[in-house]
Amino acid sequence: MRNAAGEITYAQALYEATVQEMERDAGVFVYGLGVDDPIGMYGTTLDLHKKFGADRNFDTPLSEDAMTGIGIGAALAGLRPIHVHQRMDFLMLCMNQLVNIAAKASYMYAGQVQVPMVVRGIIGRSWGQGAQHSQSLHAFFMHVPGLKVVAPVTPHDAKGCMIAAIRDNNPVVFMEHRMLYNNRGFVPPEAYEVPFGKARVLAEGDDLTLVAISHMVVEAIRARAHLAEVGIGVEVIDPVSLAPLDMDTIARSVEKTGRLLVVDNDWTNCGASAEIIAETVERFQGKRAVRVARLGYAPVPCPTTKPLENLYYQNGRTIALKAYDMVKGGVGHWEPHGEDAKEIAEFKGPF
Amino acid sequence: MPATKRKTKAEDSAVKPAQLLKFYREMLLIRRFEEKAGQMYGMGLIGGFCHLYIGQEAVVVGMQAALTPQDAVVTSYRDHGHMLACGMDPKGVMAELTGRRGGYSKGKGGSMHMFSREKNFFGGHGIVGAQVPIGTGIAFGYRYRAEDNVCLTYFGDGAVNQGQVYESFNMAQLWKLPAVYIIENNRYGMGTSIERASSTIDFYHRGAAHGIPGAAVDGMDVLAVQEAGLRAVGHARAGKGPYILEMQTYRYRGHSMSDPAKYRSKEEVEKMRTQHDPIEQLGKLLVERKAADEAALKKIDREVKDIITAAAAFAQESPEPDPSELYTDVLLSA
Ligand SMILES: Cc1ncc(C[n+]2csc(CCOP(=O)(O)OP(=O)(O)O)c2C)c(N)n1
Ligand SMILES: [Mg+2]
Repeated sequence: MRNAAGEITYAQALYEATVQEMERDAGVFVYGLGVDDPIGMYGTTLDLHKKFGADRNFDTPLSEDAMTGIGIGAALAGLRPIHVHQRMDFLMLCMNQLVNIAAKASYMYAGQVQVPMVVRGIIGRSWGQGAQHSQSLHAFFMHVPGLKVVAPVTPHDAKGCMIAAIRDNNPVVFMEHRMLYNNRGFVPPEAYEVPFGKARVLAEGDDLTLVAISHMVVEAIRARAHLAEVGIGVEVIDPVSLAPLDMDTIARSVEKTGRLLVVDNDWTNCGASAEIIAETVERFQGKRAVRVARLGYAPVPCPTTKPLENLYYQNGRTIALKAYDMVKGGVGHWEPHGEDAKEIAEFKGPF
Repeated sequence: MPATKRKTKAEDSAVKPAQLLKFYREMLLIRRFEEKAGQMYGMGLIGGFCHLYIGQEAVVVGMQAALTPQDAVVTSYRDHGHMLACGMDPKGVMAELTGRRGGYSKGKGGSMHMFSREKNFFGGHGIVGAQVPIGTGIAFGYRYRAEDNVCLTYFGDGAVNQGQVYESFNMAQLWKLPAVYIIENNRYGMGTSIERASSTIDFYHRGAAHGIPGAAVDGMDVLAVQEAGLRAVGHARAGKGPYILEMQTYRYRGHSMSDPAKYRSKEEVEKMRTQHDPIEQLGKLLVERKAADEAALKKIDREVKDIITAAAAFAQESPEPDPSELYTDVLLSA
């Protein structure tokens, strides 16, 4: 799996985390549509049933609502379920169980019970995914007290967050963007946790703070390279976990730059970007003037056709343009150019 | 496959040769359309989701023959065959697959999401099982307005395990709605065989707790489908409530275009293709009955191919949607 530099892919990192936790704790099991098929969820659950037995990695009927409840019940009974969904969109069938029960059980029963459950949702993208197979919807989950929401971007964080999520005594919604699965990075071979509520400063800069979520982190780094060409220094922050959200790290950066651009892999309306900006404004009002802006999906359902889909998402260039405007105060014209995102152009399924 | 087959082929003399030829042509149209779509997908002209219906053609063609033009159809994402059977234009369907302006959804819906008011096709739906209450609601609408129509709701052997299916069954029977539920049992939901997903696989029985009659049908035999369809639709139209038909069928291709189908053997697929193919079976019957000879069947194939060629050309020539189209149709004007 590892190359000479100790690198593995995002998908392999998730696999490794799951295997290590299943070895450590016999109560950890994986279930969901297709988890034991020959593709094994992009390799993240590949052949786990051969390694650990069919009762610890199993396919389910198309019954997401009840299967969520079954996971909650199993968690109440002391197990540590990992429920995998091929798309975040299908989590809409799980909302009642997740929001009304999983999120509230420990509070309603005054801490007597816990629901240590991981709900993995994969975010779809690329031509033909369309309105019902491309949503992120993390804002829905962030909204609800009692749920944790994480969206790791690097292979390192994918592994550490997965281990932390499995060990966490609360329900955790674990968001994976499928354009990240093939990204490689250094991942320590031993088990480790990436703590929730700790953002990562991925690159430093003095002119603007760029907070990006999930796959948009990759685009933010592209934007940063564009902006460097015109002498604008961008600090890129990946919150890693969205609930809890590390506002201290973001605020520290904004203190320095005075400008905050949030790019979400979601709609902006009532979304994570709105939350981050609201909290920033609350912190700085009356103390320091800050410029804020946000970007996200076009405010429409996702179209299937490629030319419209291209307009639907933000990319390195649209982000760079927005940042440029914020720094230059709308003065001057600039046309960043460069390649389109390779991982999107080259994605060949599975669909 | 174990199904309540229609007795013997010879007893179907009631079905007129012209009707048999029509079935043949309609099934072939779907087959050739899907083959073309698969080919265009391979060429990169279509992307993302594309769930082919090859192998299952007899189901929609036979069922459509049991309907009036006012009756409605709603189904899942494996919807190309249903649309063609409803009489939707192959050009508009193909152009939706290529994401062009001339597509039924102007390129915004894609393979899984098309609609035709004119043909009473209420859409392909991408969330498995979600169309079942929707079809029930369409039937509710008919009963509410005392209209004589029936709604056919198609769903798969995988979808059959969603809870909302049973909530729908209960209400359809409670309110005696003109709903016919067609379970297309093609033995797999993605890579999961029916045996791995279902405690019982006699899906026609799934309405029994609600007192809904059901029947298993050889879904590779268009005449058996039509016969069962007439019975079920007649029942629903007469105000007797819902009816369930389990169509025992098979999809030859993978679940969608990127599925290597490692979960089943080549022999299994080959056996269905060579021994149960709905189009070949009907072709043989036509020749046996002297309703057509090989030359006549070839001629039909040529005519169908011409239609498909024209559809493919249209789908490539139709312009891409205007960028402003991204923002239309989100909310309609009040
Ligand atoms: C609620 C939901 N869960 C999962 C999926 C992913 N998915 C798409 S099709 C499919 C299999 C459905 O099988 P079946 O109902 O038998 O229909 P078929 O594809 O065989 O026509 C699955 C699991 C989905 N689209 N919606
Ligand atoms: Mg099926």
